[in-house]
Amino acid sequence: MASILSFIHQHIELIYIVILSVFLGIEVISRVPSVLHTPLMSGANAIHGVVIIGAIIVMGEADADNYLALILGFLAVILGTLNVVGGFVVTDRMLEMFKSKK
Amino acid sequence: MSISVLSVIYLLGSVTFIIGLKMLSHPATARKGNLIAAGGMTLAILGTIFLYHNNGERLHNYGWIFAGLIIGGIIGVMAAKKVKMTAMPEMVSLFNGTGGACAALISIVEFGHMTSIPSKGNFNLTDAISAMAGAAPGPAGGKLLIILLGLIIGSVSFAGSIIAWGKLNGRIKDFSFRNQHIVNLLVLGLSLLTAIYLVATIDNHVQMKLTLLPDPKLQIVTAPIVKILFYLVLLLSITYGVLFVMPIGGADMPVVISLLNSFTGVAAACGGFLYNNQVMLTGGILVGSAGTILTILMCKAMNRSLRNVLIGSFGGAKAG
Repeated sequence: MASILSFIHQHIELIYIVILSVFLGIEVISRVPSVLHTPLMSGANAIHGVVIIGAIIVMGEADADNYLALILGFLAVILGTLNVVGGFVVTDRMLEMFKSKK
Repeated sequence: MSISVLSVIYLLGSVTFIIGLKMLSHPATARKGNLIAAGGMTLAILGTIFLYHNNGERLHNYGWIFAGLIIGGIIGVMAAKKVKMTAMPEMVSLFNGTGGACAALISIVEFGHMTSIPSKGNFNLTDAISAMAGAAPGPAGGKLLIILLGLIIGSVSFAGSIIAWGKLNGRIKDFSFRNQHIVNLLVLGLSLLTAIYLVATIDNHVQMKLTLLPDPKLQIVTAPIVKILFYLVLLLSITYGVLFVMPIGGADMPVVISLLNSFTGVAAACGGFLYNNQVMLTGGILVGSAGTILTILMCKAMNRSLRNVLIGSFGGAKAG
């Protein structure tokens, strides 16, 4: 218990960021027209690909003799990149389609 | 110096994500918004690769990192360019699944670091003595809590997204059995309880061991039960992800994908806590909250409630 409290104390600034971001996220997209639901979902999908940064750090800090960490980290980098690159390209294609319709 | 440049890059990245989401919600600016967010992401990735360091230690394994980026990038672009317009939602689901898997893998590796890698470099006798006296030098419980959260949410999102992908392209049929919602809740509950037990008892199970000969070394010794339970949590979470999406009908899939999308956002934010990394945190939480609201909006557009979508199809007990 004490260790959890001290963890919260150590990360209090991050916790403030979390709370403010929650409200910001709600506010930012609250008036989206329904035609944009799918592209927005896809765009948000690409943005959470930011998890790739964690994968890069894991990979970059793995010791050269720790094969499990190397392999899992390598997989994580590939999967994360797929999420980011694929996500943004698919979103762009969806929105391109919107334009040609009009 | 480089770490302060990196902070500014992360700040810029976070701002581009907010602006990107904002612009994505207006038809006229949507495409530009997507590009702005992509630009911010590229900046954050390159910044991490070249500027990140932890206690003065830079990243290594550059070969692996670039190989991963190139392989992932090429497959990503090819898949995204080739997919038919009608198959885009399932593609989004697949990419969402890879993000969830990435978050879960990060948790697995970090758990390994926490429980078995001998700590080296910053060897400190005071830490070692206080560890021997029973007071762990770091807040192990809090860190493990974040690792487990990332693991559970990431693997539920991964398994669920893969099932959703399979359903949308017709490879997986609807499947449900009697009282499935009870089984589902049991699986989820068991996974969460195991995780809570791990967090509560980690300080008793993980001990620092000091060896002075032949050279002074501080090692982490973990009871095997901790590892077994950790992988049990992983297994249960994946099972829950599969069971959770299985009974939901194909027409409701976009709503489910949007929900899983916001899950992955939260899993990414757990990484932000783990590495004290603001861009992962803001990006993840923004997607988590915006994704949840978007899920509710999508339900409304279909004239249904989220409750209805998630449990309406169970057991056929629901009328209308």
